[in-house]
Amino acid sequence: MERKTFRAAALGATALVAGMGMWSLSASAQDVTLTIESWRNDDLPIWQDKIIPAFEKANPGIKVVFAPTAPTEYNAALNSKLDAGTAGDLITCRPFDASLELFKKGHLAPVNDVKGMENFGSVARSGWTTDDGKTTFCVPMASVIHGFIYNKDAFDKLGIAEPKTEDEFFAALDKIKADGTYIPMAMGTKDQWEAATMGYQNIGPNYWHGEDGRLALIAGKQKLTDADWVEPYQVLKRWAAYLGDGYQAQAYPDSQNLFALGRAAIYPAGSWDISLFNQQAEFKMGAFYPPVKKAGDTCYISDHVDIALGMNAKTKNPDATKKFLEWVASPEFATIYANSLPGFFSLSDQPVTLEDPIATEFVGWRKDCKTTIRSTYQVLSRGTPNLENETWAASANVINGSETPEQAAERLQKGLDSWYKPAQ
Amino acid sequence: MARSSLDKMMSVTLQHSQSVTDLAAPIRRPWRWHIVVFLAPALIVYSALMIIPIFETLRLSLFTSKEQVVSFVGFGNFETLFGDERWSKSFWNALWNNTYFFLIHMLVQNPIGICLAALLSVPRLRGRSFYRTAFFMPTMLSFVIVGFVWKLILSPLWGVAPSILAAIGLKWLFGPWLGQEATALTALSLISVWQYVGVPMMLIYAALLSIPDEVIEAAECDGVVGFAQFWKIKLPLVLPAIGLVSILTFVGNFNAFDLIYVSQGALAGPNFSTDILGTFLYRTFFGYQLQLGDPHMGATIATVMFFIILAVVAFYLLVIQRRMRRYQF
Repeated sequence: MERKTFRAAALGATALVAGMGMWSLSASAQDVTLTIESWRNDDLPIWQDKIIPAFEKANPGIKVVFAPTAPTEYNAALNSKLDAGTAGDLITCRPFDASLELFKKGHLAPVNDVKGMENFGSVARSGWTTDDGKTTFCVPMASVIHGFIYNKDAFDKLGIAEPKTEDEFFAALDKIKADGTYIPMAMGTKDQWEAATMGYQNIGPNYWHGEDGRLALIAGKQKLTDADWVEPYQVLKRWAAYLGDGYQAQAYPDSQNLFALGRAAIYPAGSWDISLFNQQAEFKMGAFYPPVKKAGDTCYISDHVDIALGMNAKTKNPDATKKFLEWVASPEFATIYANSLPGFFSLSDQPVTLEDPIATEFVGWRKDCKTTIRSTYQVLSRGTPNLENETWAASANVINGSETPEQAAERLQKGLDSWYKPAQ
Repeated sequence: MARSSLDKMMSVTLQHSQSVTDLAAPIRRPWRWHIVVFLAPALIVYSALMIIPIFETLRLSLFTSKEQVVSFVGFGNFETLFGDERWSKSFWNALWNNTYFFLIHMLVQNPIGICLAALLSVPRLRGRSFYRTAFFMPTMLSFVIVGFVWKLILSPLWGVAPSILAAIGLKWLFGPWLGQEATALTALSLISVWQYVGVPMMLIYAALLSIPDEVIEAAECDGVVGFAQFWKIKLPLVLPAIGLVSILTFVGNFNAFDLIYVSQGALAGPNFSTDILGTFLYRTFFGYQLQLGDPHMGATIATVMFFIILAVVAFYLLVIQRRMRRYQF
């Protein structure tokens, strides 16, 4: 009798353990964790508090971890991780060649069949599509727009209106400088990219006429030494007089702080700066698009495809990863993303309502002006020397006065000629 | 007296080859397993962590990859590095900057280190251990902290340097030093000197302490005191330590990377004026922004760096160190 009880108990216990094992096994099979590689470490709280919870709520059983790296180290770190097979499931894609190279190496999977990809037009896809236009390998997330953000209180106090033309722009700068309360413009050359991206690529499209000039440059019909491409450097050179003391040693965060603290009147901006200024600036802000040469000229803005999300081809959780990408392609994601990160504008054709006034202003320029992407990103930065990196140095040099605009343009064109042969 | 590690290594190999010839002799001796067993851990760890990676780097520099196909090019990468106008310009620029970086250390860091060591070894000095710790403190700080702190101190916007200079009426001296081509490398070299001055100080201080009292007393009997004593007695006795410090400085400087990367970024601005071999290697090997990394050209630069350092260290050990007079007490 006693023995029987024991045996029954043992059996029961075994069954219980086995059952528990089965149950925990099935639970762990369901609980998938996806890791996102990204360079947007500024966005960590938004991903953790808003985007990921929204996805996890709709998709129980999938956990998502956002694991960003510092922006300047991202490409190098990501390449090493992918080669070593330790990269996350979802890869945030830089536009154009950096990601194209990853796709060619087989690190990124094609996303043509992801549901919702039909919401993206060809311009939106251009940053992450093969040269033949057939395969897209990242789901476009957002673009950024360049322009100028200004301190409205300062403008009101000095009686300055939003400048529309180049002359008005420099007149406004002169007025701010003469008054002396504010540093006319917050930009430094220490980080180099700031001068190139916020300076050259910001005002440039007005001079090379946006897409027309950019495509002509790629086709070899125009050269960087042409007047249309040198003129932005000449204008940039004039900026030096209006930058703060010691701008040569002023880094990007310094410029942001100068403006946010109300010490500078105008800030050459990328729309991604909006959320930071919303948090920190205690004055009213406004924005204007890059001033045109003469009143009545068509305005061009840089509306640059900037960020997308792709799938690590070697992910262990392809189904869950695909599910996440489908959600990224949905209008729901676009709305959450565009509103929690004002300044990153959705590339989806689906209408997205924005709440932030400055972001609305920026995106409104899409109606008034012609849009283009940064001139150096597509095709032209494929070789060595790399045109984008060279442009950084050139823009900083021109402002610092260590190269004239003409010398800089000539050096860039020579570097480009050394490896790039446009298709005739 | 400090003996270089190479000397030790050479004496070890000598003993080893000695034992091999012994084995060849007809005298029967059991195979001495313990030698192999004792050598193995160091040999295995050193090979895995140093020798194999070095040879891998050398091998990598002989190949190139195009469209994901790796092919053997012999010394083609070296031809590109020295022959191509752009590559060679970047390379010589980095090499010259690196030499300048080293010269500043030799001219500023090591003399200051010797002076501090000499002052610390004055017998009647009060608070010696405090000074010793204080001077050595920056060496123990992370280069990230050093780079960041100095960037803040020298910032024309928020830094204390402009206001301190203004307070003593020297505001006109101030400039955005880290942002000007003419001054950036000097400024960074001096920051590095500030950080590492503790190392030569400690090594030379130790050498000064090891001078026997008899020698000093004998000098005093002969009337050699004060500065004369330092120049004529102490300095010649610590010369081997100074030689060691110089070679350590050289190796350290030609492998430097961290401070420049932290304070100027991988593009080593303004206009590559602070680009040294380490940042040039990093940019080439890992890529930067839109520039994709090229491991083969990177390995080529690493190989050239390796041979530069090897050549100078070998020259020092084989030519200079052998001629240096050593005193046995």
